[in-house]
Amino acid sequence: MSQTPAPTGIAMPDHTRPEHAPTPGAVHHRGEHREGTVVFDVEDLAVYYGDFRAVRDVRVQVRQNEVTAFIGPSGCGKTTVLRCFNRMNDLIEIARVEGKLSYHGVDLYDPDVNPVEVRRRIGMVFQKPNPFPKSIYDNVAYGPRTSGLAKKGSGLDDIVEQSLRRAALWDEVKDRLKASGMGLSGGQQQRLCIARALATDPEVVLMDEPCSALDPIATGRIEDLMEEIKEQYTIVIVTHNMQQAARVSDRCAFFTTEVNEESDTRTGLLVEFDATETMFSNPSDERTENYVTGRFG
Amino acid sequence: MTLIPADITRDVIEAKLRGRKADVAGAAFRYLLLACLGLVLAALTTLLWNVSSVGVPYLGERGLLDFLSRYGSSQADIAGVYQALTGTIQMGIIIIVVAFPLGVATAVYMEEYARDGLFTRIVGLVIRNLAGVPAIVYGLLGAALFARGGLEGLTGTESLLSAGLTLSVLVLPIVVITSAEALRSVPASLREGGFGAGATRWEVIRTLVLPNAFPAILTGTILSLARGLGEAAPLLLIGAKDFFSGGEFGDLQGNFTSLPYLIARWAKLPSSQGWPDNTQAAIVVTLVVILGINAVGIFLRNHYEKRTR
Repeated sequence: MSQTPAPTGIAMPDHTRPEHAPTPGAVHHRGEHREGTVVFDVEDLAVYYGDFRAVRDVRVQVRQNEVTAFIGPSGCGKTTVLRCFNRMNDLIEIARVEGKLSYHGVDLYDPDVNPVEVRRRIGMVFQKPNPFPKSIYDNVAYGPRTSGLAKKGSGLDDIVEQSLRRAALWDEVKDRLKASGMGLSGGQQQRLCIARALATDPEVVLMDEPCSALDPIATGRIEDLMEEIKEQYTIVIVTHNMQQAARVSDRCAFFTTEVNEESDTRTGLLVEFDATETMFSNPSDERTENYVTGRFG
Repeated sequence: MTLIPADITRDVIEAKLRGRKADVAGAAFRYLLLACLGLVLAALTTLLWNVSSVGVPYLGERGLLDFLSRYGSSQADIAGVYQALTGTIQMGIIIIVVAFPLGVATAVYMEEYARDGLFTRIVGLVIRNLAGVPAIVYGLLGAALFARGGLEGLTGTESLLSAGLTLSVLVLPIVVITSAEALRSVPASLREGGFGAGATRWEVIRTLVLPNAFPAILTGTILSLARGLGEAAPLLLIGAKDFFSGGEFGDLQGNFTSLPYLIARWAKLPSSQGWPDNTQAAIVVTLVVILGINAVGIFLRNHYEKRTR
C-alpha cells in the first residue's frame, strides 16, 4: 500500500492538513467502475427451440448490486436469454440451452440443480403485470407461503409489509390489503409484482420489459424503484427503451438479429457488452452505435 | 405533398356523410338469424307446452306429493315416481363422486404434466371419440363390466351401483374434455407468475390453475351430469325396473329405476288406463330436476367466479 504524492504541479502539498493525511487501505481510482462480485457468468450461451437456434454467442457478466440492461431490436433474443437466468425456459418443452451459465460459480443447468430453488433466489418481473386473482396480501405472501419460508402468522405480515415498502407500494395499499390485486392500476400492479418477487428474499431480480405496458409516470416510479433496490439486489432488465437503459443501467448488453439465409428465420446474437456509459458514448461496434443513435431498430 | 380537393365545402361533406345506402344483405342476414331464433324458441315452447299442459294439471289434480311419494304400480292412478326420483338422485351422487374426480384428474394430468407427444395426442383423440359413442354402447359395457363382470360381488349385479358406475363412465369423456378446455383457458401469465415466485408445479396447479379453471370445470361437469342423468338406454341393459319393491335411499345394491327410464316405460303403456297423464307428469318432474341441477351449477359458478376475481 504505497502512497503516491498527488501531482499538484509546482507547490508542495501541505501534509499538515487533514485531507492530505495518508489513508490506509482503499485505493480509489476516480472515474473507474468498482468491480463487484460476478453473480452470473455467461459464456458462449445459445438457446434452441427444437432445431431452431434462437440466440447465440452470449457472453455477459452480471455483477452484484448493479443494473445490467439487455437492449436490442425485437426478436433479438433478449428475453430468451433473460429467461435462462432463472430457468423459466424449462417451462417450454422444446427449449434447450447450450454453453455455460454459472451463478456464483455453480452451473445453473447442472442436472442436480433444482429450478424451483433457483427461482426463489432469482425472482422475476414480467412484461405484462400479472398479479394473481387474489388479495394484495396473498399476492405478496404467495412466494413465502409456497416456499415454507413463513408458516401462517410467523412474521408473514412483516414480510408482506417490508416487500410492499421496498416496492414503494405500501402507502397506497396499506388500508386495503384484503382487496384484490387485480383492482389496482397498471403501474400499481407492476409494483405489486415487484413486491411479490422481493418477498421470497431473492438475490437477483430479473425484469422483462417491466415498463412496456405502463405510462411515463408509472415508468418513472419503477425506474426510481430500481435505483433504490439495487443497493440490496442485483437487477437484470430487458428493455426496448434505450433511454431507459441509459438512465437505469450500469452495464449494458446490445443484441441484434441476423437473418439465416436458408431457413428465413432470425437468430439473435450479442454484439457488445460494456459499461453503459461506454456503450452510449463510445461503443466499439458500429452496429451498437447505429442502434443507440437511433439509426435502426 | 398533400392534395386537397377544391370542393371541400360544408355542403359537399354533408351530402356525402348523410347519404345512406340501404344495407340489404346485412338486414336480410339479421332477419334470417332472428327467424332461426324464433324457430328454436317455437320448438322449445311447443315441447314445454305439450308436456306441461297435461302434466301440470294432472299433478295438481292428484297432488304433487302423492305423485312424488308413490312407488311404481301397474295401475296408473296410484303409480308414482318415488323410486325413479331416488334412483336418479343417487346416480347423480355416484357420478359426482366417481366421474368428476377421475375426469378432472385425467384432464390435469393431460394438460399440466404429460409432455405433448404421440401418446397424449392419441389419448386425446380416443377421449374425444368416446364422448361421441352412443349411450347404449356404454350400457353394454356397464352390463359386462359392472353387472355381470368381475365386479358383481361389489355391485350386486343389476343394481343401482352398476347403473351409477355405468353413467359415470358415460360422462367421463365429457368431463375430461370440458375440464381440459377449462385448464387450457387459464392464462399462461398466471402460471409464469407462480413459477417465477418459486412455486413447484403442484403448487402452481393447486393454488393458481385449478382455482382459476374451477368455474369453467364446474359448468362443464354439471352439464355432463344433466346429460348422464337424462339417459335411459344404458339403464335398460343394466336391468332397470319399472315395477318393483325397494329403491330406498342407500340401497345401492338393490333394484333401481330412474326418471328417464320410467318415462320410456310408461310412454308405451296403454293410453286407455291414464298412463299418458302419468308420463307427462313424470316428464315435468324430470325437467324440474334438470333445471334444479343447472341452477345449482350456475349459482356455484357465479359464486366462484366472484371469488377468483
